[in-house]
Amino acid sequence: MSQPVANCPNCGAKIVFRWSSSVQTVCEYCKSILVRTDVDLKKVGQVADLPPDSSPIQINTEGKYGNNSFVVVGRILYEYDQGGWNEWHVMMNDGTSAWLSDAQNEYALSLSSKAPNLPAAAQLQVGQQFTWNNQSYTVSVITPAHYRGVEGELPFQYWDKTDVTFVDLRTESRKFATLDYSDPEPALYLGEFVEFDDLKLKNLRSFEGW
Amino acid sequence: MGTGAPPPPLPPKPQAKGLNCPKCGAAITLRSFGQAVTVVCAGCHSILDAKDPNLAILQQFEAITSVAKPLIPLGTRGKLRGTDYEVTGFQRRSIQVDGITYYWHEYVLFNPYKAIRYLSEYNGHWNDISICKTLPTADFSGATYLGENYKHFQSAEANSDFVLGEFPWQVRVGEKAAVTDYVHPPRVLSSEKLDKEVTWSIGEYMYGREIWDSFKLPGDPPAPMGVYENQPSPVSLNVTGMWVAFAAFAVFLLVLMAVFDMRAKKEPVLEETYQYNRVNAKGEPSFVSDEFALGGGTSNVQVKTSAPVDNHWIYLNYALINQDTGQAWDFGREVSYYHGYDSDGSWSEGKRTDSVVIPSVPAGHYYLRIEPEVDPMLPAIPYSVSVIRDVPVFGIYGIAFLALLVPVVIISFRAYTFERSRWSESDHPPMELSSMSSGSGDDE
Repeated sequence: MSQPVANCPNCGAKIVFRWSSSVQTVCEYCKSILVRTDVDLKKVGQVADLPPDSSPIQINTEGKYGNNSFVVVGRILYEYDQGGWNEWHVMMNDGTSAWLSDAQNEYALSLSSKAPNLPAAAQLQVGQQFTWNNQSYTVSVITPAHYRGVEGELPFQYWDKTDVTFVDLRTESRKFATLDYSDPEPALYLGEFVEFDDLKLKNLRSFEGW
Repeated sequence: MGTGAPPPPLPPKPQAKGLNCPKCGAAITLRSFGQAVTVVCAGCHSILDAKDPNLAILQQFEAITSVAKPLIPLGTRGKLRGTDYEVTGFQRRSIQVDGITYYWHEYVLFNPYKAIRYLSEYNGHWNDISICKTLPTADFSGATYLGENYKHFQSAEANSDFVLGEFPWQVRVGEKAAVTDYVHPPRVLSSEKLDKEVTWSIGEYMYGREIWDSFKLPGDPPAPMGVYENQPSPVSLNVTGMWVAFAAFAVFLLVLMAVFDMRAKKEPVLEETYQYNRVNAKGEPSFVSDEFALGGGTSNVQVKTSAPVDNHWIYLNYALINQDTGQAWDFGREVSYYHGYDSDGSWSEGKRTDSVVIPSVPAGHYYLRIEPEVDPMLPAIPYSVSVIRDVPVFGIYGIAFLALLVPVVIISFRAYTFERSRWSESDHPPMELSSMSSGSGDDE
């Protein structure tokens, strides 16, 4: 696997991409948000200090999902009225990109999915049902969230956001879906809830006294 | 990488934060790192915004601390189902049913790596609760969760009336949630509806002793009162399954009886009718029967006596005597039959026939010595004596049947009374006992 190396156009620090398809990364030193162009890296923004965060996951945390192993390469941090949550961008050992979300230590793994005629946010109500990939999903909660920051590598540009609506859909199994209204075009993620112990996570953060 | 650049600064290791209440200045510790959304000052009962560095006051409530004191103090750590948890929050909640207020307590359990867990306690009954990740389906009568059926137990409006410590949500005193419980002992499935959001949780019954051991608490847990909605029944057996097993056993007994009945020879060896005459019976009333042979190996012998008694009795002293060895079996049998009328109507007592089985009689030549005693009211009466070799004996089957029936009935009754106490606290109380007894009272 290639690990392209470049230098931060802002501070000159070395930038290493762990995932060859990364579109955006954040300089670990100067927190510049850098976007890959055909020729080099372009600074598009600056990450303000991230709020203190209690997620046990961090960049470089490794884990297992089924027969695949993964490594955490980036994240998007959101806040809503009940606290914050992280969407950790993980790279599977088969090269696919997935998301490990950590909302107050409830973990879920999802993949970007395609489906036609996704509903607009304004049309949705709790209790509505949708069927994707022969699985029925029920809208359980509509969350008005706030983009709070990014870290590491992401598969798309994501830095100039403010208010974002998320719609969670549940099933009668561990499967769930999320509709992300960050962009004008809704994005669908399908995945399942996972147990902390099953993820066999390594390189976790440590907590004082635990 | 060889550039000699210093490693990027790591974010600080999260640690419990010490802060002060903006209202009263009391020390406040945030134990759940960034997860607390609200924190309650124990000094002045201000609910504070844990996300705000200045701990903005969100609500203040009046409380007498002594009436709602956590049984597990905040900050206590314990191991629950293999994971360490710290008690970080406590609230008392209440529901009103028929004008009576019932209180229960909830504890928030924190571990920095795992999802929040809760403990609830009501009158000494505990539940270990976590949030459902999959969606149950529910209607008025019940719910299904992970393939298991839960029965609707109670719907009520729960009020938070005392809070302490940290909560991973916006807690407020006086906030009311529509709570519905469905039970499948030892589990309880609960839905809580606040505004439009429904949260499902799954709880499993725990005994106070387990909680005390987990959190190493001193003394003894409060004794549980009554039967709780999802308390496991002391009858661990499946009552229906037990009756099925019992029925199978009864069928087995019947088959066994049929087999032994078919195998028994039931051979009549003596059949005589004798006439008793008081006039003739003066002096020595005993006499001997004809000789008869008992075949086969050692087996039983049935002696049947019948007499046409009518408000009289006769009593026969028998001796079954082996002619070859002189061995004798002495026994006495009474045949009596009484009947009549009184204020309760007609009555009767006794029978005109009698039967007795003598076990383990070896083969050989035998005769009966018979000595009749007869009701002094009777001048004369005929009576018949018959002797049958090798008859099936069913009494033992009856004893076996009863020996199994009695515990099955007792266990069923215990299960029934336990379930009755459980459901008497629900929205679906069982039929009143008084209405059942008034029904039987009509027989008087």
